[in-house]
Amino acid sequence: MKSATTAPGDVTSFSLGLALPLGAAFAIFFVLPLAQLLYLSLHNDTAATVWGLGQYIKFLTDPFSLSVLGSTLLLGAEVTLACLVLGYPIAWLYQRSGSRVQTLIIMIVLLPLLTSVVVRTFAWIVILGRQGIINSVLQSLGLIGTPLRMIYTQGGLIAALAQVQMPLMVLPLITAIGRIDPNLSDASASLGAGSWRTFVKVLLPLSMPGIIAGCTLTYAAAITAFITQSLVGGGQMLFMPMYLYQQASTLQNWPFAAAISIIFLFAVLAIVALFSTLGRRARGYGDIR
Amino acid sequence: MSRRQHNLEALSFQIVMTVIAILALILIVSPSLVVVIVSFTSGFSLKFPPPGYSTRWYLELWNAWQLQFAARNSVVVALWSTGLSIVLGVAASLAISRSKRLTAKLLDSLFMSPLVLPALAFGLAALMFFSLIGLPVSLLTLVIGHTIVCVPYVVRNTVAALAQLEPTLLESSAILGASRLYTFRRIVLPLIRPGIISGAFIAFMSSFDNVPVSLFLRDAATDMLPIRMWQDLEGKLDVTIAALSSVLIIATIALMAIMERTTGLSKRLTG
Repeated sequence: MKSATTAPGDVTSFSLGLALPLGAAFAIFFVLPLAQLLYLSLHNDTAATVWGLGQYIKFLTDPFSLSVLGSTLLLGAEVTLACLVLGYPIAWLYQRSGSRVQTLIIMIVLLPLLTSVVVRTFAWIVILGRQGIINSVLQSLGLIGTPLRMIYTQGGLIAALAQVQMPLMVLPLITAIGRIDPNLSDASASLGAGSWRTFVKVLLPLSMPGIIAGCTLTYAAAITAFITQSLVGGGQMLFMPMYLYQQASTLQNWPFAAAISIIFLFAVLAIVALFSTLGRRARGYGDIR
Repeated sequence: MSRRQHNLEALSFQIVMTVIAILALILIVSPSLVVVIVSFTSGFSLKFPPPGYSTRWYLELWNAWQLQFAARNSVVVALWSTGLSIVLGVAASLAISRSKRLTAKLLDSLFMSPLVLPALAFGLAALMFFSLIGLPVSLLTLVIGHTIVCVPYVVRNTVAALAQLEPTLLESSAILGASRLYTFRRIVLPLIRPGIISGAFIAFMSSFDNVPVSLFLRDAATDMLPIRMWQDLEGKLDVTIAALSSVLIIATIALMAIMERTTGLSKRLTG
């Protein structure tokens, strides 16, 4: 019995050796470079001859660097929240629609995911700019005299990032809500709970795995969104990706850039790990019922 | 609670959810629409609404040789990366998807990790690695870098397609005397093909659009389209970029429609 899936004559599984070419490619071109990055970050000088934690100490004791890290993590949280508030109703509407409307919704949601990131961001410059739509509408209505400054602001950046990352939130939500037994909502209603109560007590907790998956993806994507951050955020706001790029490309300070990369990488991993711990809890919660 | 109150409450819930959903969908679509409209302006600026309409900026694209050069490089790199991702990714998916071994699980996480790690950190790491081993920046280094970050899409979609494949089909085929290769060609491949194609489609699009890896692995001789556009936009707001953007948006919608027809992309991504 126990050898049923591993017997050499088993025709339903394939040799693990088929993963060898990709495994080798990852070992050489993914694991080795990241190991080298870590190695380089552990040197105090640019020529990488003196070992030490100097680069990390430099980052973690510098208020400027810390504020860049802090504002990046905060930006991710704000974008994720915006995506959740706007994305959940989309997923809810999807599950209540007929198949034609469903396909339309999915196509709309997928569009930003598949359009070039520069194009998506460029569109926001056109919308938020001094001569952009919002300003010209407000001006023609006589509501404002001089154009508002929306581009290069935190609010503009959050709107642009939320639009760009929306699919990453909506797709897992659609999957999660689709798995909920519709009878549970009916049961809740027949026991006297109103729609809002059913939403908060039944729908929301049961879709928690999707919420967590969506939040993980949007958070990671929002804080690493180099192009949108640089074009809509402009020079006023500095976030980790641009900080890293400046140190590496403009200043050629590779060990410090490497240390920034490693710190950034661990920040992302910590967030992902946090979300997945929450996810395991949520699944347990869902199973109790 | 009375029935009447109950109905009112249900209605309020439905109205709030539907209104937010529709506003959010408009928020998602409108930027693309705006770009397409603005690209037909007869003026020199990105004013909205445009003062008049013309196709002059599309004609301008014919002369934008820097953009064309970058676009060609991007297509070449995306085609090679997608091809490599299909060959390496499908083989790896076959190996890991039907195996319960710990090695298979570890390999699966390894192949998925580029999706969560900041790609910019990988781009910098790859640049330092290539300079260490003495491989100069070229289309080859770009293809290698892009393949690493695009292969997860192929693996994820192929593994999902394989998970839906009935093992009994493979057994029946073997019982009827088919060789493993024949079964693979005639049974497995046709059944998982839509999964492979939609994974490859997303891999192609994300390679064509890749910034974080290209940023470090390209130079003037291997300029890539998204980087060229980004650098143009940092300098000035060029209407030519609007025309190019609108071409890319329309091409994307056309490709999405084709993928939906041939592989049922939307159903595949919502599982």
